[in-house]
Amino acid sequence: MTTSRTEILEKIRRSLGVAPEQREQNGLTEDRITEDRIAKDYGTIAREYQHSGKLDPQSRLELFSERLRDYGTSVHRCSNQQLSSTIAQVLAARHIHRILIPPGISGPWLAASDIEFVPANNGLTYAEMDKMEGVLTACTAAIALTGTIFLRHSATEGTRALTLIPDYHLCVVFENQVLETVPEAIRYMEPFSTLPLTTISGPSATSDIEMTRIKGVHGPRTLDVVLIQD
Amino acid sequence: MTVRVGNAAQAPDFPEAAKKQLANAQMRRNVRHATDVIRAKRNRVAAEMPDWEALRESARQIKAHTLRHLDTYLEQFEKACTAAGGRVHWAKDADEANAIIAAIINSHGEKEVIKIKTMTSDEIRLNPALEAEGITPFETDLADLIVQLGNDQPSHIVVPALHRNKTEIRKLFLEKMKLETLGDQPEDLTEAARRYLREKFLRVKIGIGGANFAIAETGSVCIVESEGNGRMCLTLPQVFISLVGIEKIIPEFSDLEVFLQLLPRSATGERMNPYNSIWTGISPNDGPKEFHVVLLDNGRSEILADEKTRQTLQCIRCAACLNVCPVYRQTGGHAYGSIYSGPIGAIVTPQLQSMQHSQSLPYASSLCGACYEACPVKINIPEVLIELRGKVVAAGDAPASEKIAMKTASFALSSSRRLATAQKFVRIAQWPLVHDGTISKLPGFLGAWSETRNMRSAPAESFRQWWKRRRKEQHS
Ligand code: SF4
Repeated sequence: MTTSRTEILEKIRRSLGVAPEQREQNGLTEDRITEDRIAKDYGTIAREYQHSGKLDPQSRLELFSERLRDYGTSVHRCSNQQLSSTIAQVLAARHIHRILIPPGISGPWLAASDIEFVPANNGLTYAEMDKMEGVLTACTAAIALTGTIFLRHSATEGTRALTLIPDYHLCVVFENQVLETVPEAIRYMEPFSTLPLTTISGPSATSDIEMTRIKGVHGPRTLDVVLIQD
Repeated sequence: MTVRVGNAAQAPDFPEAAKKQLANAQMRRNVRHATDVIRAKRNRVAAEMPDWEALRESARQIKAHTLRHLDTYLEQFEKACTAAGGRVHWAKDADEANAIIAAIINSHGEKEVIKIKTMTSDEIRLNPALEAEGITPFETDLADLIVQLGNDQPSHIVVPALHRNKTEIRKLFLEKMKLETLGDQPEDLTEAARRYLREKFLRVKIGIGGANFAIAETGSVCIVESEGNGRMCLTLPQVFISLVGIEKIIPEFSDLEVFLQLLPRSATGERMNPYNSIWTGISPNDGPKEFHVVLLDNGRSEILADEKTRQTLQCIRCAACLNVCPVYRQTGGHAYGSIYSGPIGAIVTPQLQSMQHSQSLPYASSLCGACYEACPVKINIPEVLIELRGKVVAAGDAPASEKIAMKTASFALSSSRRLATAQKFVRIAQWPLVHDGTISKLPGFLGAWSETRNMRSAPAESFRQWWKRRRKEQHS
């Protein structure tokens, strides 16, 4: 019995003129188009677009902050030494007293004494996450041009659900994680390409009702960023 | 023939449907407003990219390359996805895809699913098919939810509920969500949707979505969204099912660097949409325990056969062509009788149905070329439209098509004030047919006419002059 798989692939090959019975007529000598030839064809694709950025580091961070603010995300810049006090200030301003943290975050991040940091262990259910006020995480990379944060959901970034269910996300970005362009970030993320990946550009949003942009639908309604520079 | 594109096979011809829609003043106002807003944003963020044209050209080439080797890339995708713990199914048509999806749900004994916005599922009429099996699908995209609760049809590819205003939506939510009170601001309505759906996200065990991109190299699927409903559906349930048209394949992970720049700027006019999710098979301790991909043909392999119209399959469903189309902006989406509306709908809907239905759609255009200019993957829609008109004529529907064309174009053009750019059209649309400054034979409705008159090539007179003369001649 021919399966749908075989049938679809045969139909595609006939449409492309590379089915066995068409090869001779179409001047194809190989048994089938080899992956080598496809790779060569792929290599001829024009890629004249901008790959790397042109900005100096300071302007790059400025651009990143500006683009985040465009999305309604507030950006708090500080040095490594000021990290824990900045976290405390940002959370206080949001009236958040208990915050989830991924298992890989420890030490100096958690020095603020008036905040209760709740480790998100494996047993934490989605319903329990839903009851929490927010989450504090790190990230893998960021894109200045588009105000984007890249997560690969490592131990300091938490599972995908962790940065999704709570209504508030505070993300810590280090200056050397900020790249300028989308291609730079995609190339940087390539080694992680088979991990679950999420990009975040501001809080969740919709414009579905009369084209009015509303910040905050199902994902966190508020995203704050602490940007660390030494 | 089974269902190919929603109810398109039963839909009235475009001119007839358009006439009805044109009488709906509120709909026209909403469409005008929505398309104006998105278009202005899109233009701003496209203009700030100095390499926009280079990106479009790369995207076109990547897609064209992938389509040329689609068989190999599909096999590669299957292999990589399977190796990562995913299960890949192949569906020839809508019925088979619906049956596969229902069987997966039934195998878990579940009666409810949560859905991410997917045009492809509307194409195959998945919701009615699931309902017939006693399974309730919940749409979770805000606009899709509005469409679903209102028993309505989507009218735009990216903002499907643009034909509804907030008063209507409020009434709908009050009734269907069984609420006592509800404000009438977009914020109130969004909050109501958040509360209504949150419980479902946390409870329902099976999620269904589409794919914006399926990566052959890694077997990964990428979903591009704004609201976070996508992330909810693809992360929280035990089982996730991706329904993927075979044209959604891209060769490599790094190709995302092109599409993730073009898609958000073209679709919503944002530099980046709030969320992109990319995942590969199953991940321990993160997300669903079971992941299925249903690769859907449903007429696509047939579209590949014609090298001129094959480019239709390059589409990344950004809807930029709708927002700039003078015909769509007048009629709205429903006139197209298909979930795929606007210029892309005019070329993809009839082709998906082997040119057996929706033959009036290739005439639902003034061929002004604005869609081609806006398209991030450079699909030459006017060229495809003309090609398809030729096919309609060749199929023996010429007199009918002529009539359809006249009716369609006359309403679309007679009142339009946006035709300054349309002068470009004839040059774009007719260049393959011009010999020595004379058009020898044109396909479609222009063809029937040019056979009886030795038509001068178009640049010699403006489009409007040409059209006026044409109309006079028709009446004399
Ligand atoms: S045809 Fe081009 S412009 Fe239209 S929806 Fe598809 S990709 Fe976008």
